[in-house]
Amino acid sequence: MQARGNVFRYGDNVDTDVIIPARYLNTSDPKELASHCMEDLDRDFTHTVKHGDIIVADKNFGCGSSREHAPLAIKASGISCVIARSFARIFYRNSLNIGLPILECPEACDAVKGGDMVSIDFDKGVITDETQGKTFHAEPFPPFMQALIAAGGLANYMRQEVKE
Amino acid sequence: MGMTMSQKILASHAGLKEVHAGQLVMADLDLVLGNDITTAPAVSQFPKFGHPAVFDKDKIALVPDHFAPNKDIKAATQCKCMREFAYAQRITHYWETGRAGVEHALLPEQGLTNAGDLIIGADSHTCTYGAVGAFSTGVGSTDMACGMATGRDWFKVPSAIRFILHGAFRPYVSGKDLILSIIGMIGVDGALYQSMEFTGDGVANLTMDDRFTVCNMAIEAGAKNGIFPVDEKTLAYLEGRSRREPVIFRADEDAPYTATYEIDLSRIKSTVSFPHLPENARTFDQIGEVRIDQSVIGSCTNGRLSDLEAAAAILKGRTVAPWVRCIVLPATQQIYKQAMDEGLFDIFIDAGCVVSTPTCGPCLGGYMGVLAAGEKAVSTTNRNFVGRMGDVTSEVYLASPATAAASAVTGYLTDPAAYMKEAH
Repeated sequence: MQARGNVFRYGDNVDTDVIIPARYLNTSDPKELASHCMEDLDRDFTHTVKHGDIIVADKNFGCGSSREHAPLAIKASGISCVIARSFARIFYRNSLNIGLPILECPEACDAVKGGDMVSIDFDKGVITDETQGKTFHAEPFPPFMQALIAAGGLANYMRQEVKE
Repeated sequence: MGMTMSQKILASHAGLKEVHAGQLVMADLDLVLGNDITTAPAVSQFPKFGHPAVFDKDKIALVPDHFAPNKDIKAATQCKCMREFAYAQRITHYWETGRAGVEHALLPEQGLTNAGDLIIGADSHTCTYGAVGAFSTGVGSTDMACGMATGRDWFKVPSAIRFILHGAFRPYVSGKDLILSIIGMIGVDGALYQSMEFTGDGVANLTMDDRFTVCNMAIEAGAKNGIFPVDEKTLAYLEGRSRREPVIFRADEDAPYTATYEIDLSRIKSTVSFPHLPENARTFDQIGEVRIDQSVIGSCTNGRLSDLEAAAAILKGRTVAPWVRCIVLPATQQIYKQAMDEGLFDIFIDAGCVVSTPTCGPCLGGYMGVLAAGEKAVSTTNRNFVGRMGDVTSEVYLASPATAAASAVTGYLTDPAAYMKEAH
């Protein structure tokens, strides 16, 4: 699996309340959620995001609420991957469960800047900043999580487990 | 090597003799929780797991509390979705508006959370139930659907940070001040992916409500769970509530901890977390003049009876500052009635407060106390992120019920102990 797009660059502790404010949680429709994604942090995000774009952030991305609406809103915005130094644990689970690709890669976070063109080879875990001509290697997922991702999320994984 | 209390509970539910930090396990669940915001997406995920019926209709709790009583048509639609699922699946523990309350106050009160349990909830503050000696953690809606369908879910076994508590609080200091000062010390990702295990002789001096408040905010340090050892107070609390026998797990003497902090409770001061992160904790010697527009007393963090009593002790015979809206939200119907029977509502209403029916409403900027541009609120809730309680330029200052009450009276952030000393 590959991804390629322009980078939106954010800092530490991007919380679920700015990813999708609770005032919009009276719906779980991904398109409607996407229309408000990041708006309390970055008013331009919804106007400028294109299919395939990539979010790069610093530590503890997705901290706060358990709302699965947060990774759903990001995914429905067209974002192909979130790269961060670290993720808050519920956001991490939710992303794997709904199929939003995420990668932990502090080295990429040190270098990549907003607006850079970045491509990702998920099978190899290689992140390439085409603008700067640099490559980085993301932390590999443990085997269980690779199986979860390969199954296409938690529901399929659990159904496979029952069959085995 | 020994195991932490959290690891022992996970091991027992995974059918394993021992587990170690970092291990991924599938484990059996004692309880699966959802609310009106998170249950609707779980209901749509549920059929994908291939089970027509829930794994156990007695081990699922569905609570309309976030935007209930229904705040608008869309919220009503989400509540309806949860209600119809509850009826179709014959869920035992579904509470209708008027019998419900804020989930993390309601479930322990109703005896659904027990020592030794493994609990997941599609709400980040599900970590609250560590107060009764359960391993309890927040998950998303897909995990909730998985839990409802299969009775199982996957867990990464956490490492743990140990907090050894000594002594007792000074007057007007409570569990909220303790957890805010701990988050100030270790940061909002200070316990990321880890357990926060509390121990020491000071535990005996914490009320159950203090312990609920402390565990409730473990997630604000990034923790997977917070947990207290089971003692006489825990057993007395569970007695007459839970219909199941408590199962007591204790951390091994040689359990591994990534860090240990010793905390003298008598040195904890009234603490306020400034915008826009819970880690921005300050004591009153570091707080200047901060004029507030609103004071919120309630929530899953601080909407229990002792919280209302602490606020009432300060508001009694006093009035809220003319420019302040003070909103009091008892967390459950039972607490509401107890507070009314104790005469607390007379105190609140005479002071000029709103007394609301139980709801999470204002905590997450839903309704019942949303902030306008530039407004500041002191609040006994758990998060002060940008835009949390309303407009993106509004500000939330997290504090204890005593601090929120004293601040409501003066109209400025106010140390309750200093205020009450001057008032006498």
